[in-house]
Amino acid sequence: MIAAITENLTGIGRRVVGAVWRIGHGTRFLGLILFHSGTSFRRFRLTVKELFFSGVMSLIIILVAGMFVGMVLGLQGYETLKRYGSESALGSLVALSLVRELGPVLAALLFASRAGSAMTAEIGLMKATEQISAMEMMAINPIARVVAPRFWAGVLAVPLLAAMFSVMGVFGGYIVGVVLIGVDEGSFWSQMQSTVDFRYDILNGVIKSCVFGVVVTAIALFEGYDAPPTAEGVSGATTRTVVESSLAILILDFILTALMIQEG
Amino acid sequence: MSSEALVEIRDVNFAYGKRPILKGMNLTFPKNKVIAVMGGSGCGKTTLLRLIGGSIKPTSGHVKVNGQIIHELDRAGLYAMRRKMGMLFQFGALFTDMSVYDNVAFQMREHTNLPEEMIRDLVMMKLHAVGLRGTHDLMPAELSGGMARRVALARTVALDPMLIMYDEPFAGLDPISLTVVGNLIRRLNDALGATSIVVTHDVQESLKIVDYLYFVAEGVIIAEGTPDEIRASTKPFVQQFVNGEMDGPVPFHFPGGNYKKDLNL
Repeated sequence: MIAAITENLTGIGRRVVGAVWRIGHGTRFLGLILFHSGTSFRRFRLTVKELFFSGVMSLIIILVAGMFVGMVLGLQGYETLKRYGSESALGSLVALSLVRELGPVLAALLFASRAGSAMTAEIGLMKATEQISAMEMMAINPIARVVAPRFWAGVLAVPLLAAMFSVMGVFGGYIVGVVLIGVDEGSFWSQMQSTVDFRYDILNGVIKSCVFGVVVTAIALFEGYDAPPTAEGVSGATTRTVVESSLAILILDFILTALMIQEG
Repeated sequence: MSSEALVEIRDVNFAYGKRPILKGMNLTFPKNKVIAVMGGSGCGKTTLLRLIGGSIKPTSGHVKVNGQIIHELDRAGLYAMRRKMGMLFQFGALFTDMSVYDNVAFQMREHTNLPEEMIRDLVMMKLHAVGLRGTHDLMPAELSGGMARRVALARTVALDPMLIMYDEPFAGLDPISLTVVGNLIRRLNDALGATSIVVTHDVQESLKIVDYLYFVAEGVIIAEGTPDEIRASTKPFVQQFVNGEMDGPVPFHFPGGNYKKDLNL
């Protein structure tokens, strides 16, 4: 009985220590990326190439998802506001929901699933097929040449994608609210204009998506670089990227929102 | 082997955790020679290349390349040394997101300021040397295993290294590709005035192209000599290895318990 309890406690302890070590390694890896970021800016073409793969190639899913989220917001928002006779505030509701929460969070979640998992698999396979070792043997630092450009591409892509998500969402809300349901177009836009504050709403949303961009991309790259060089190792790392990124986004969203509201 | 040594391995011990891989290894690789390091799978051959390349450090002893102890170099020194080395990985390790041309041009673009026209000429010359000039705009996925190995060889010699290391260059090749890669190793070494270390377990192909062979088993050198000396050797391990015999000093059976007991007899 005591032996079983001891074994369980030891197991929990081992897992906690393992997790702390892993966070430490991940943070050190992020430090290394920042330290070796010179190449990403000196040869900005490398970063632009990765920005195309992670950002531009994610555009379709971001735009379509943004549009439908906006349309759902338009429908649900209208249904709720109608009860209080405030249908004219639909524009504000759609815009604030998107700019402050849904844009940064959903765009980052979609980015983690679409581009983050691809980054992990790519780096993991490069390691498994000795491409990373080959680069090191050529006296080229793989963190500077392969990892850092992908990191900065991700950090730039997420806020831009979040902005596009929000724009498409507002457009979706407009289609449903104004075009299909018939909310007054003038009040839809003017309410939105008067209630959405640039610093408090938009800038805070941008800060959130920048933080998500750093976290999601760092997790994706660390998992890929740290993956055991086997098929099983790479598939496990890809799964971990999506799970860890999604949790990190949602937890950080709460923390950032709490900080921003206090600050406001 | 009388000429000046490019690589010297002295009393090197190395272990992965508590598992010893190399035990007091002593090897010399003279300049301008092609030397094979042979032995069964898992005997520490690839570890030897990683030690020479500075990817890992010996537990004791030292590895000297061109007069410098590799594990005492700082990162900048190690990278400067690696620019003079080339390594062909077992399956080529071509960058899969780049064309054949870009793979061969990679180091030239990273390490030199040569104009693109000159890089183009050099890439074409390197590809011509391995007989694959016509593949320059293909992607690595479009190449056969043998062709990929030859493109990787062109990339390895892109900056005319003084030391070329080959990790199992003959693994998984058809007989024609095997001969082609074997001849290329010899010809490129002679043309570049380089030194080549070929880690392999392909005895017959190695005996045709190398100047000297080392046999490694269980972390120590158990035989060495020129191809003629090896062919004439009466050592049981060499005999078993050269003739591919099933049983001998390297047993067929992994050590196990009593056979009758395992069968419940």
